[in-house]
Amino acid sequence: MPFIDVGNSGGFFGGTAKSIQEIWQHRELLGRLVRREVKARYKDSKLGIVWSLFRPLIQLLIYYFAIGKIMGAGRQVPDFAIFVFVGLTFWMLYSEIIAGGVRSIMDNAGLVKKVYRPREIFPLSSIGSALVNFAIQFGVLLVGIAILSTYALAPTLLLAPLAFLIILVFGTALALLVAALNVYLRDIQHFVEIYLLVFFWASPIVYPFTFVHRELGGNWLEQLYLANPVTIAIIGAQKALWTSGSNGAAGITQFWPSDLELRLLIVLVASVVLLWISQRVFSRLQGNFAQEL
Amino acid sequence: MAIPTIVNVSGVSKRFTLNRHKSIKERLVNSAVEKKYREDFWALRDIDLDIKAGTTVGLVGHNGSGKSTLLKVVGGIIEPTSGTVERRGRMAALLELGAGFHPDLTGRENVYLNAAILGLNQREIDRYFDAIVDFSGIEDFIDTQVKFFSSGMYVRLAFAVAVHVDPDLLLVDEVLAVGDEPFQNKCVAKIAEFQKEGRTIVVVSHSAAQIELLCDRVVVMNHGEMIFDGGTEDGIRVLQGGYEAQRLHEESLRATDAVPNTRVTSVLIASDEPEDEKTVVSGSDMTVSFGYEILEKEEPLVADLTIETTQGALVYGLSTRMLNQDLPNTPGRHQVDFTFKDPALGTGKYVLRGSLETLEGEQLHQLNPASTFTVSSPSPGTGYLRMDLRTHVYSLPPL
Repeated sequence: MPFIDVGNSGGFFGGTAKSIQEIWQHRELLGRLVRREVKARYKDSKLGIVWSLFRPLIQLLIYYFAIGKIMGAGRQVPDFAIFVFVGLTFWMLYSEIIAGGVRSIMDNAGLVKKVYRPREIFPLSSIGSALVNFAIQFGVLLVGIAILSTYALAPTLLLAPLAFLIILVFGTALALLVAALNVYLRDIQHFVEIYLLVFFWASPIVYPFTFVHRELGGNWLEQLYLANPVTIAIIGAQKALWTSGSNGAAGITQFWPSDLELRLLIVLVASVVLLWISQRVFSRLQGNFAQEL
Repeated sequence: MAIPTIVNVSGVSKRFTLNRHKSIKERLVNSAVEKKYREDFWALRDIDLDIKAGTTVGLVGHNGSGKSTLLKVVGGIIEPTSGTVERRGRMAALLELGAGFHPDLTGRENVYLNAAILGLNQREIDRYFDAIVDFSGIEDFIDTQVKFFSSGMYVRLAFAVAVHVDPDLLLVDEVLAVGDEPFQNKCVAKIAEFQKEGRTIVVVSHSAAQIELLCDRVVVMNHGEMIFDGGTEDGIRVLQGGYEAQRLHEESLRATDAVPNTRVTSVLIASDEPEDEKTVVSGSDMTVSFGYEILEKEEPLVADLTIETTQGALVYGLSTRMLNQDLPNTPGRHQVDFTFKDPALGTGKYVLRGSLETLEGEQLHQLNPASTFTVSSPSPGTGYLRMDLRTHVYSLPPL
């Protein structure tokens, strides 16, 4: 049996491969932890996992009536319900990744302090359970589109998986970072709550991007608005799945940012780089988790 | 073939920084004087340790001596500030039973989850599952959520999982101190079984008896440094010397300083050895000299002598009143020699205490403690008592 080096996170560059290998070796445990999170969340509730549908559906209803009907935004947005649900589904994935990730190390303090396992698996397992929720909501969304609207069978449909990847990679990068920092500075989890509250409105979820463009007219502020990876990903998802937004239904032409595909690709690459950096930071900080908790 | 090394710790130090500021505001406001509010604390200093396969090593020391930190460094839970730790084979840590149990999941789900956390894969868990449930003895409740378990059931299930992980290296931290006595015996028996199978075990414990029973090597830690590494008996003596030195120190602080009229000057084993190295062989005559000094004429006196364990339990007590022995009460120095024929003391360290009182029972002076001595016993067995025994082994006819 060869010697293994214990508790040495490796160099800044060389450590990545080691971390990935370690996580891969523990994929089974990761799977179990995800199952635990999903199961434990709705244990003892009669409706079980159905609850994970109620929240977004109720939110959808609220936005549909409050913003779409009462405030009248729906008049200029065809298929307003579909539009909101697309944005909401992707935003919920992002917000669950971040909100679950930031607490993941703290919630598993007992394990972190007592057994050594690659600590990345704790944020990753909370991301896994967010993905399970997303899958359910996305399924409902697909059915909803089939019933209430149509699919645009065009290459633009491919923007949806791209948007999903961006949200996943960018969200994971941020989740790893805040999970590690939160161990040292508990203020982070409160900060994250505020961040999610504010940035929900900084993405075109309950209002279309067209409104933003009409207001800003393509100036630097609009570019700044679009620089948010979550914003651009949600716009991408809407272009793919919200058919009546693309085909000018009801006589309203929606405005889409120029070079959307290119922007998405750039953001994806940047997110991958960010993920790598935050994994390295995480692996640096995790050495002292056990004593800080 | 040389016995392979399972764990190699070289030059490991661990520094904890005690930071008194926790919030951002405090950190920012006080960043200029941050240095002043920082305190470095070395939990481990330059530890070198080489553990061979098949040995059982006991890590002992006072609270805060760094033994648990060392165990966590070996387990990879804490990263050392400097130095390296290398390890071979599968490791299981019995650091805390049931860490990772989720109250809302059933016993079965938790067994799978916990075994996966301890490093088993699906196939292995399937294979061991029945054995785990069997060992825990809670078959009827295995599909109940663990939040409804009694704490005993909880610990039993957790222990059953932990011992079925099939480790090459087992780290045990004080878990043997929990649970009822049958459970503790089960733990110890399981560990003995592991030893027979040639596995390597590192135990952290406060119980000298447990260490003596289990370990064949003892490492004594003190303030983050290794002060002893060697045989079990010597290690325990070093450890108890440490505990005792501390206790003697505390007691001497409480003692009064004024010079009384009558005082006990010494209570010692009579021999040529220096005072702190008195040894007695159990079974041979042992003489305790009780010396006292009187400055002005006293009332009639009674001398009390006790032999205690280092933990303060009374082993033997005697008063001259019981012997109807009159003691001189004139000014000057006097001595009483108590000789014990065939003392039946077991191997270990003992403390002598002496006091003088009047016939009415008013205490005049005491030497508490007066001195210590070590007993070595030619007979096997542990404890405070030497028993000479004979064994007779034979087979019984079939029923």
